[in-house]
Amino acid sequence: MGLIISAVVIGGGLLWILYLSIKGQDVDRRIVYLFVGATVALAIIFRLEFGEVATPIVKSVFDKIENLPAGSKIVLSYDFDPAMAPEVNPMANAFIRHILEKKHRLFFMSLWATGQSLLSVSLNDVLKPEFPDAKYGVDYCNLGYKAGNEGVLNVVITNFRKMFPSDANGNSLDSLPMFKDVESLKDMDLLISVGGGKPGVKEWVLFAGDPGKIATAGGSAAVSTPLLYPYWPRQLIGLLGGTKGAAEYEAELIKTHPRFKDKGMPALRMMGPQTMAHVVIIAFIVIGNVAYFRSRRKGKQS
Amino acid sequence: MKRQIPMLILSAVGTLLVVSVFIPSARHWQEDASLYFDIIAVFAFFLGGGNLIRVHTEKVNRKSTGWIYSVVTLLGFGIMLVTGLFKIGNPNGIAGDLSQTGSYFQLLFQYVMSPLNSTMYALLAFYVASASYRAFRAKNTEATILLVAAFVILLGRTALGVLLTNWIPAQLSVLQIPNLAIWIMNAPNLAGQRAIMIGISLGVISMSLRLLLGIERSYLGGDN
Amino acid sequence: MLALLRIAKLVVFISSSLFVISLLPTHSVHSQDASPSGSNLGPITVRAHDTDNDAGGSVTVEWDDPGYEKMSGFAGFLIWRTNTLTGTSDSVEVTPFGTHSYDDRSVSDDSTYSYLVAALVNSERVMSAPSMQVRSAKQWFDSRLTWVLILGLIICGAVIYFIESAKRGTKLFLRRIAGLEAIDEAVGRATEMGRPILFVAGIQDMDDVQTIAGLTILGSIARTVAEYDTKINMPVRASLVMTAARETIKHAYVTAGRPDAYNDDMVHYVTDEQFGFVAAVDGIMVRERPAACFFLGAFFAESLIMAETGNSIGAIQVAGTAMPAQLPFFVAACDYTLIGEELFAASAYLSGEPRQLGSLKGADVGKAIAMIVILVGVIATTIASAWNSESMLWIENLLRKMFSTG
Repeated sequence: MGLIISAVVIGGGLLWILYLSIKGQDVDRRIVYLFVGATVALAIIFRLEFGEVATPIVKSVFDKIENLPAGSKIVLSYDFDPAMAPEVNPMANAFIRHILEKKHRLFFMSLWATGQSLLSVSLNDVLKPEFPDAKYGVDYCNLGYKAGNEGVLNVVITNFRKMFPSDANGNSLDSLPMFKDVESLKDMDLLISVGGGKPGVKEWVLFAGDPGKIATAGGSAAVSTPLLYPYWPRQLIGLLGGTKGAAEYEAELIKTHPRFKDKGMPALRMMGPQTMAHVVIIAFIVIGNVAYFRSRRKGKQS
Repeated sequence: MKRQIPMLILSAVGTLLVVSVFIPSARHWQEDASLYFDIIAVFAFFLGGGNLIRVHTEKVNRKSTGWIYSVVTLLGFGIMLVTGLFKIGNPNGIAGDLSQTGSYFQLLFQYVMSPLNSTMYALLAFYVASASYRAFRAKNTEATILLVAAFVILLGRTALGVLLTNWIPAQLSVLQIPNLAIWIMNAPNLAGQRAIMIGISLGVISMSLRLLLGIERSYLGGDN
Repeated sequence: MLALLRIAKLVVFISSSLFVISLLPTHSVHSQDASPSGSNLGPITVRAHDTDNDAGGSVTVEWDDPGYEKMSGFAGFLIWRTNTLTGTSDSVEVTPFGTHSYDDRSVSDDSTYSYLVAALVNSERVMSAPSMQVRSAKQWFDSRLTWVLILGLIICGAVIYFIESAKRGTKLFLRRIAGLEAIDEAVGRATEMGRPILFVAGIQDMDDVQTIAGLTILGSIARTVAEYDTKINMPVRASLVMTAARETIKHAYVTAGRPDAYNDDMVHYVTDEQFGFVAAVDGIMVRERPAACFFLGAFFAESLIMAETGNSIGAIQVAGTAMPAQLPFFVAACDYTLIGEELFAASAYLSGEPRQLGSLKGADVGKAIAMIVILVGVIATTIASAWNSESMLWIENLLRKMFSTG
């Protein structure tokens, strides 16, 4: 029903604009903004959602985590800021759910100063409520933020304790049971970086994953994803690109672990508005071309 | 002398860092230099912060156009500085972590700065629409190819792409829109990006050599 | 004396080997010639050598597995290390299935070591003979980067050659770059309209070469601005960029004979926060309505926000960046865009100085090398995979070796 109402309202408006363009009137950019805003708003109000199927590049990350033996060690690095959070935070939260559901050991860290605070939000909003039995220091730990960008990776690839003498709460690493068999990043079974800028997935590949021969996966904002494709599948086992990548991962997570169905998967919810917005953009491109060809023909006639 | 010393430092340090790439035991020089730069940049922050306060205080005093925005700027600057520096509201007091849950700094970050940042980022959605409307016109062959590719990518990034071409048999799955979108990003787009990146790398080499040899000096405030 | 020292070393070595064997627990231990009951596998051969291309403190241990990995109950390879000077021994690592080498990074360059590798099968350990003694050392040159050095020297050599050639008076052809030709026009337009120009040198700090490229172009623009008596507004995201930009603009005003017209507030710090900065830049654009906007430097996600806002106020916009992901946004929203290397060529192009133009020509040699290598590589790889041609495979492997740094 919501889809029909949205389609009628937006479709009707677009047809009217097409009619005006054919008559020779220009479309003010504010009309474009209004339509995009209205489309996204309607999609959110009516909770429009479409199914997602994981593409191979996303599925490979999922399968890696799914098939690792219980107790495997996985690093999850929060390398993003609040601006990117709506796009990449769903990926990070999906990883948390999957990793802890499979009883792996999760090592949180961040190469961005703002990542530290966003990490705290994930811990409070996702990890602690959904995994109350997960013990700090045994199942997960928070190393916090360290300045130095790729310099941090250059150190932790050989020695964790040199860069992180203690975790974000001031506990010495030796006092955490999950660190007893961990000397460096090379002891990890999987590295995951979630982010879209620098330092980000590329730095994790260049300074940690590739030199240390450690399996590396990434989650990246859509605009940065094309630059990371060259690293797949050799240096990156898989890559989640933008909201679509996050939605595919969430869909795969729900399919394999149905208990997460009611946990509110934001990326899947966001794909509805994204799909509608893309359709509107395509429509405006068509309208723009109609107006262009019309003015060209008018010019030729005159 | 004012320009000679910085040029000498640049040439010496630049050459040393290039050489350090090839010497295994000297590779840490690059991280060290990066750390030294960060330290200098932190000290320079006092200059920037001071400039910010001075410029906006003057605007408020003179009641220049838009002086209200300067008041907001100064208030925001002061509040974040004080709550962060003195860790006001931090459950563990001044000894606690800066972004500890419950601290005013963390609350301001989570409920003011995060939404503001996300709002600015969200503007891109609107601007992409208006830029696409204006830029994607089939003026010539290349523009038409770009237009078609844009359609495929836009549809391929949504469930609509799957719905529209699901009927295509598995043997021709490359023609399904999501797979086509991935192919466009992975093949022609990536080829173009790599070509640009090769050009950029060579441009960086050329520029860096000009800087190291002292041929390029205008960034120091001098003629070349 | 020397003979006594040699005998002492031998005694230490033999006793440490015996010590290692005595430490082995109550499980049954086999010599290198025996195998777990039921199998007739040969000995494990161990080789230890100084790790190549490192800064010292590392020994690489490699071994051949005669077949223990395929046995059921195989649990891994245990590596024992003996310090032949002190006589101490300890286990270093248990490597998982499929691993036949290990880099021991906890050694000292002042000692010599010997290694044993034991296959762990069920409750038994099959020990190898000890390896030859090895001492780690640092290498002064990473031989994996030989080809990088050669290619780098060729390109740098070409740059220097063309610089010298230009100094001797050789005329060098440079294609027209529309964005740079438009700078004077843009500043002139702003002067006629009585509106300021806006300059943003990217959002990175002075450690990014794109920021320096932006500042070199700022020098040229500031000279024109000073001559035309136009106002310039330059918000910056980093304090160091602020100080450098002020020097650049001040010098431009002094050179133009207008030192009194210069004001420090032309360049002002905004914030280090990315989207806070772009919000401020947008606000400046909407309030002051500059007639010309220059975005020259490193940009990230904020590029389209600034460019579209500039487009909405009707400003003439010239952008340039070496961030491939942001180029499409600038191309769509700006009047002129300097793509990648054009940003770095800008200062040479604008100055017209022969030495600088020569450096651009040198970079073209690098491009020629890249094009030839890509063509040869594509042909070689295609033929090698289609027809299994040995010679083409050799060429492909050579190219991979040349352009790989690992």
